[in-house]
Amino acid sequence: MSMDLSLHLPILQVIVPLLAAPLVVLLQPRNLAWAATVAVCLLAFAIALQMASRVLLGDILYYEVGGWRAPFGIALQVDAVNALLLVVVSGAASLAALGCRESLFAQIEPRRHPLFFAAWLLLLAGLSGMLVSADAFNIFVFMEISSLASYILIAGGPDRRALLAVFKYLVMGTIGATFYLIGVGLIYMMTGTLNLADMARLVPEVADQRPVLLAAGFITVGLALKAALFPMHVWLANAYMHAPHAVSVFLAACGTKVAVYVLLRIDFSLFQAGNLDHSIRFALFLMPLALLGILVCSAVAMFEGQLKRMLAFSSVAQIGYILLGASLLSEAGLTSSLLHMFNHALAKSALFLAAACLSMRFMDLRIDSLAGAARQMPVTSAVFVLGGLSLIGVPGTAGFVSKWVLITALLEQGEQGMVMVAIVLVSSLMAVAYVWRTLEVLYFKEPAGELKFAEAPPLMLVIAGSAALLNLVFGLMPAVPLALSQQAAQVLIGGAP
Amino acid sequence: MTIIFSLFLLTLLVIIAIAIVHTRNLFVCIALMSIFSLLMAVNFFTLDAADVALTEAAVGAGVTTVIFLTALRLTARREKREGTKASLLSLCVLGITMLLLIYATIDNPTLGDPNAPVHVHVAPYYLEQTYELMGFPNVVTAVLSSFRGYDTLGEVFVVFAAAIGVLFILDARKGTGPEYRPEQAGLKHHLIPKAVGGLLVPFVMLFGLYVQFHGEYGPGGGFQAGAIFATAVILFSLLEGEQAALRAVPRSAQMALVVGGASLYGFVGVLCLLMGGTFLDYSVLMQDPVIGRQVGIVAIEAGVGMAVCGSLLSIYHAFAARHPMEGRDESV
Repeated sequence: MSMDLSLHLPILQVIVPLLAAPLVVLLQPRNLAWAATVAVCLLAFAIALQMASRVLLGDILYYEVGGWRAPFGIALQVDAVNALLLVVVSGAASLAALGCRESLFAQIEPRRHPLFFAAWLLLLAGLSGMLVSADAFNIFVFMEISSLASYILIAGGPDRRALLAVFKYLVMGTIGATFYLIGVGLIYMMTGTLNLADMARLVPEVADQRPVLLAAGFITVGLALKAALFPMHVWLANAYMHAPHAVSVFLAACGTKVAVYVLLRIDFSLFQAGNLDHSIRFALFLMPLALLGILVCSAVAMFEGQLKRMLAFSSVAQIGYILLGASLLSEAGLTSSLLHMFNHALAKSALFLAAACLSMRFMDLRIDSLAGAARQMPVTSAVFVLGGLSLIGVPGTAGFVSKWVLITALLEQGEQGMVMVAIVLVSSLMAVAYVWRTLEVLYFKEPAGELKFAEAPPLMLVIAGSAALLNLVFGLMPAVPLALSQQAAQVLIGGAP
Repeated sequence: MTIIFSLFLLTLLVIIAIAIVHTRNLFVCIALMSIFSLLMAVNFFTLDAADVALTEAAVGAGVTTVIFLTALRLTARREKREGTKASLLSLCVLGITMLLLIYATIDNPTLGDPNAPVHVHVAPYYLEQTYELMGFPNVVTAVLSSFRGYDTLGEVFVVFAAAIGVLFILDARKGTGPEYRPEQAGLKHHLIPKAVGGLLVPFVMLFGLYVQFHGEYGPGGGFQAGAIFATAVILFSLLEGEQAALRAVPRSAQMALVVGGASLYGFVGVLCLLMGGTFLDYSVLMQDPVIGRQVGIVAIEAGVGMAVCGSLLSIYHAFAARHPMEGRDESV
């Protein structure tokens, strides 16, 4: 065939998993749905890597769906801001599907596999669709797909409490999405367009009118809710806790970050370009909540007894770091924000993969019940150590790099910055406390009885181990994600969508 | 005159919305929600959005009501009173949101102002170009199926996700026990529903077909047609019992409609891509781009209709198949 598929990469990123979803429903025989899902996720990952490498060289990939030029049709655009996250999303989907094979088979009955894996692919397609889209309404459509798919996946949890958790998530998620839609509707009313670049051109003319001001508010709050910014995070902890372990890995790595991406993209390109008032309001809204979230949720994590809930609260604190960087409105701040999305995904997927491995041998993931597990499960525990170190931000791990960039960005801010640096350091100490508490139980606590079980299944260990090693690799060689994040920060600050 | 009518409608909507929030009787609540949707449909119609009105009437007032009622069968009739603390918080949030939205209306362009931004930017292009590019007059169909066909593809997958979600959670859950299938259910022993309803079914189906294939010329299209078709089958199921409806459209056929419809839409898009256009650029399907677009639109509208009809039916049957007592003893 003579056609050049590389021209179609942005749309392929979305339609490969999207169109595979209904076909997976038909794959009834054992393992087939899983195998097909893994294959599709890996293909999506390859597409994302291909696009990221082109963006790194300075390309911007642009695509007009249906052959209609923007603003009459829907355009897709992949640049530095979303390229890295596409890698994160498709990578997380592949890692989680591949690395939680046994865990998934233990938690989801075989006859439910086709529907479950269809939802898995829909989640991947929904998140990718939100990322590549350059159209405000199209983002909403794919937000709906990803939300519905994540409700289905979480409801697959073995415990009936998963259903209650997912219902809360559904209510909160729907409010967030509705707020976003109200905001987009108001901007459409004032500009007559849905294309982001076109909006960015037209919004400054009406920036001081009430509907646009409110649109900024609705969109920011709605997406902050989707992103689980403190105190709008109440849905997250139980959702991650009761979800099947594989789903926790997938969602913890990228679920809320896509909402953060849309928040940054829209706020910076539409509202902040040339509107100082909005920038100030944006910073005043996000900064205190981010700081509070970092402190409060790290503290909650210190006292949380359930392993997965502890990790979930830690995630809310990490969203705080990400939005704190963005609220500085500086290039360095945004760089730290985007880089931390990548690095936190590495750390959290390693940690949740370790949790999935532990769950293969422990019925209950209460931290106290894991006493002495390291003796029987040395690899799993080592994965937990590496992931934990990266979460804390120990030099040599990926987490260190983004925290370092964040602290540099904070120091640019003068005296206020010093206070915030102090908060970041205190919260890092809290992270030491909650990671250590688990490690202590794993390594040094005497088990109640004699432990007789083997390590987790080999495939799970290999994947969890590679996820953990990636934390080291990108801690020692952060050049590529750092370069992409810097490029992305420049795009956002420049205001071009 | 229209303004007075609209004001009347909107006032009614507010009254009904308050009643919905206030009532603790879930049956009343569902009936009110159906009325709400119907009024909303009339509202859309007075705003000249006939396509949206048709969808709202078919989905909001029709199918959703039946699905709610089948779900109500599984649970208690009355809502339990919650503590006042939570409702105070939500009242505050609602109040603030409402005030903000009212505040936003101060700078709104006037309704129907021809110089409003929405009427001077992309809309004129759609109005002027549709006939030339597509060869048919319904601009709404042109926007939904071609200019913004990618959104519609997304919406079809939203419906698909909803269907597999309901099936995943309700149908395939472990330990549901034997399915509830009383052969005698239905209204066939009630003379009036049987006489009237039986007469309606073929006409509803005929109307569904009309809406499906006439979408390029009048209000309608796959979404509405799928919903109307599903309504006809559900009406049949209410009259003759669920078993009879399942014999007419078995589960495998429902799933085939869902999967086939969604895949058909995607397949058309990929075909455009393989034939040298971008995804969903139907103009490359035929020698003449106008005919190519028409062929593409007819095909994807068929996909939409199939997927929507299949999804609504499988959601309805997933609820209807549950034993009525089941929901009560396993309250979460």
